[in-house]
Amino acid sequence: MNIFDRMMLLDRRWVFLSLVIVCVVSYIIPFQIPIMVTDEVESIYDMIDTLPEGEIVLLAMDFDPSLLAELQPMTYAMAEHAFRKNLKVIFVTLSQNGPGMVDQAIREVADSVRLDRTYNGVFYKGKEIVNGEDYTFLGYKPYFALIILGMGQNFRIPFPSDYYGTALDSIPMMKGVLNYDQVACVVDICGGNVVDAWISYGQGRYNFKLALGMTGVMAADYYPYLNSGQVVGIMGGLLGAAEYEQLTDNAGLAKDGMRVQVFAHLLIILFILMGNIGYFMSQRDKRKLGR
Amino acid sequence: MEFGTYLWTTFAAFVILATFSFLYKDNPFYKFAEHLVVGVSAGYFVIILWHNGLVPNLFHRLADGDWYLLWMNSSKPWYIIPAILGVLMWTRFSKKYSWVSRWPLAVYIGVGTGLAIPLEMSNRVNKQLYAAMAEIDWSNFWGSRFLDVSAGYSDIIIFVGAIAALIYFFFSKAHTGVFGGVATFGIWILMIGFGASFGYTVMARISLFINRIQYMDNYWVQTAFDTSNPNFHAGFQILFWLLVAVLILYIVREIMAHLKTKAQQG
Repeated sequence: MNIFDRMMLLDRRWVFLSLVIVCVVSYIIPFQIPIMVTDEVESIYDMIDTLPEGEIVLLAMDFDPSLLAELQPMTYAMAEHAFRKNLKVIFVTLSQNGPGMVDQAIREVADSVRLDRTYNGVFYKGKEIVNGEDYTFLGYKPYFALIILGMGQNFRIPFPSDYYGTALDSIPMMKGVLNYDQVACVVDICGGNVVDAWISYGQGRYNFKLALGMTGVMAADYYPYLNSGQVVGIMGGLLGAAEYEQLTDNAGLAKDGMRVQVFAHLLIILFILMGNIGYFMSQRDKRKLGR
Repeated sequence: MEFGTYLWTTFAAFVILATFSFLYKDNPFYKFAEHLVVGVSAGYFVIILWHNGLVPNLFHRLADGDWYLLWMNSSKPWYIIPAILGVLMWTRFSKKYSWVSRWPLAVYIGVGTGLAIPLEMSNRVNKQLYAAMAEIDWSNFWGSRFLDVSAGYSDIIIFVGAIAALIYFFFSKAHTGVFGGVATFGIWILMIGFGASFGYTVMARISLFINRIQYMDNYWVQTAFDTSNPNFHAGFQILFWLLVAVLILYIVREIMAHLKTKAQQG
């Protein structure tokens, strides 16, 4: 058995072990990598950044804990950006395991916003974000397509009360907020086919500005909607989140993770090359033996 | 960090390692973690549905009526209709009356289809067609935007690529000659698309692992080893390392058994 045959028969567990070692080592060693910002992420940042104070952003966190790794960093970056710009945020989740994560995200972003920070050379004094005044968390309801359509008529139809049981009419921030007409833009951070409903039943029917944050697996499939102008921008996976963190000058989990990605990708490329070289060389040997 | 958080964070760290142990092979620790996730998710979903769905959207809306009048005297008696339809779904469990469940299903599918067809057609077909047939701005082909692919070329690439990819799926004519050439170009376009998805997928899978490293570092290592924390308890350290030791011993035993079998096979 020559080296090429051995390359073809390499146990997949060696690949896993190599990846674990490369990821852990590159995580431990402190270094930075440059993040190149793409137009599709910058357009989302610009959309949020240019909104006047007091405008409302609807942030839909439509993902399960299994997708937290990719989607939580962009949620945190975007929510903090909105709160630092004195925007109001309506949180909603159309994923059944989402409410706990939204609740956690609000608490952790609130902890961060409480601190004095300077981003992009602008000083932001720490402040307390208050439930009902700075944000509202509507909670979860099943059958996302009907909920998206329902919110287009009146938020109170699918959500008579918020996640904490307060009637929407009693929430100061929701006074005069009937439907999407009073919302400056919708950002859907999602990991499933909920996004199709936001495009078809939400943006398509009610014509609001829609931006998407999604898992890497999905991202390539949704670029046609960017080209058609149906969505303002797309943040794809951890890279999209890292780009947003770069734009907000608020480095978080995504930028920290991207430096590990570099070496993990290099290793995977190496294994792909090994597999291909092994395949073609063993095929060549077989042809020679055949002669 | 509170006492309970310490305990659960330590347990979570162990469950993460138990989950990743599947990369070696299926084992009881992985099975435990898998069943735990499924069980917790199902239980959580039921509670969320009750408190976030049924209570505010049904029970509160019928609350001003009387149960012995079947809430028909409430201010919103029509909410009893979806409730009845929902209950009818449970007839699926009866062989004799399972046909009744077709009624709520018929309503659901009818409403869903009625809403979906015009909106899906308009937003996922028509608007995509308009975008693919966008008027080309020929001025983008020279001057400073000559090499800007997002300005001029992309419209042509998208249009030609879409047609070629569609031709590849046209099987009523043999893929030979010019037609075959265009179909082959369509395959290349599809492969580029799959390649982009694959690249993103690799990044996504690595992201999952990176996030677990970050969790272990930020939430467990940096807190569980923090002896200055008043809630620091060496017991959790011992518990965690005992669980990890059991996991490692199991994997080592499996490896030894594997090597022994291999040696016996010669």
